[in-house]
Amino acid sequence: MDAQVLLNISNLHAGYGKIRALKGINLQVRQGEIVALLGSNGAGKSTTLKAISGLLLPEEGSIEWEGASIRGLAPHRIAERGVIHVPEGRRIFSGLTVLENLELGAFTIRKEKRLVKEGIEQAFALFPRLKERAKQLAGTLSGGEQQMLAISRGLMARPRLLMLDEPSMGLAPIVVQEIMAIIAEINRQGVTILLIEQNAKAALRLAHRGYVMETGRIIMEDEADVLYRDEKIVKAYLGA
Amino acid sequence: MNTLVQTLIDGLVIGAFYSLIALGYTMVFGIIKLLNFAHGDLYMLGAFIGYSLLSLVTGNGEGAAGLLGIAVVLLLTMTVVGVIGMGIERIAYRPLLLAPRLSILITAIGVSLILENGSMAIWGAQYQVYPLQLPQTGWSFGGAQLTYTQVAIIAISVLLMAGLQLFVRHSIYGKAMRAIALDQTASSLMGIDVHRVIALTFFIGAALAAGAGVMAGAYYGTINFMMGFIIGLKAFTAAVLGGIGNLPGAMVGGLLLGLIETAGTLVLGGSWKDVVAFSILIVILVCKPTGILGEKVTERM
Repeated sequence: MDAQVLLNISNLHAGYGKIRALKGINLQVRQGEIVALLGSNGAGKSTTLKAISGLLLPEEGSIEWEGASIRGLAPHRIAERGVIHVPEGRRIFSGLTVLENLELGAFTIRKEKRLVKEGIEQAFALFPRLKERAKQLAGTLSGGEQQMLAISRGLMARPRLLMLDEPSMGLAPIVVQEIMAIIAEINRQGVTILLIEQNAKAALRLAHRGYVMETGRIIMEDEADVLYRDEKIVKAYLGA
Repeated sequence: MNTLVQTLIDGLVIGAFYSLIALGYTMVFGIIKLLNFAHGDLYMLGAFIGYSLLSLVTGNGEGAAGLLGIAVVLLLTMTVVGVIGMGIERIAYRPLLLAPRLSILITAIGVSLILENGSMAIWGAQYQVYPLQLPQTGWSFGGAQLTYTQVAIIAISVLLMAGLQLFVRHSIYGKAMRAIALDQTASSLMGIDVHRVIALTFFIGAALAAGAGVMAGAYYGTINFMMGFIIGLKAFTAAVLGGIGNLPGAMVGGLLLGLIETAGTLVLGGSWKDVVAFSILIVILVCKPTGILGEKVTERM
């Protein structure tokens, strides 16, 4: 069941000034998958996502999306191709309303008013609490609600790949469960997902495959349930 | 009583000019945190380009431009200066967006000097008479006079400001502007072309200043290449008065400054005009640094 490879990264090197954050990453994401990217702090997970979404210019290696290189494109060009990055720390527009945040999420499809309207309805169906707070400033939402908004905003563009950076960060366990369930639901609706998580166990329960990173390299990749059962790995690298 | 009404009318007209210029100041500050000290010179440039275009229509003021002619000149000038504003952003400011704030501020002062001296080279250092005769008639009640010209200036200004407010509040590009003011990185991840929206902001700001320039040229009758300097500082005062980065604040601040200044002139005499304006700036900076409508953080536009 080899589905089509959507994202193909090979030998990716990137860094910040003199710091080498990525030292030759190879990673594939196939159509319909949830892929978990795991590892401790500073392993290079967020840097990998930044390189894919164009926030960071790689020094070496290739990033192919649907067979074409997207390396070196501006972030908005990559978003236009359906690769949407929900960054660490949610980064919602706190001074705009919930509804305005969602509308901006649909910026790439702004001319198709019907799709924008549908997207907003779907977001409200997925997270009824956002509907109640549609006219409120996003900065007044609770942490969990802000994360829901960040995910919904990412979905508004109808992405074919949704990259989520630590969606459970700073949230109460019950809210984490809710968010994880929603991510699974989004995937069932056909969105391919690349997920970064500190909470490795939760991520592996959800994912089809996983990569484990350490100091800028991928040190392991396998089916999610294989990684999940490997107590040694979980203890040594994932801190769970 | 008459003088009070007259002060109110004159103050509103001057305040409208301040507001239109202050809007550009505050928009640019909101989106890239730059105090664009060249902004007042775009008002001057608007006055001069409007002057040249009107000269083509009226031939040194002998012919009449007609309402349609004036409208076309106004819109054309706003467009041309808007494009110049975009060009300034592209050439002078964009390469420095990631540089220390001081570099871009000094560049703004450099741009201001280039615009002033460039205009002097093109149009000369002497005062130029605006090639347009506006009606001095209107309504008078008691001793106070409200001319048709004043009504037109206030009406056009209100129209421009209302249009801007609608655009920024309700259009997707207006929302993108406010989003970029809050978080550029997150905006780019939504697929927003950040540079393009910044360029659009400069276009709008420059066009509004140019509109004020044409109207001021027609209203006062004479223009000069240094006319943007002091009014630029006053508009900056107005923006700070209303809360820098805040659009309704710039509008309110401009009108308020115009009114206070005119009233101050009435009480203290014309030579105290600038003293009154800048004293207000000092008082605000001491008492309420965030301005009338300004907030400490979060939303800036």
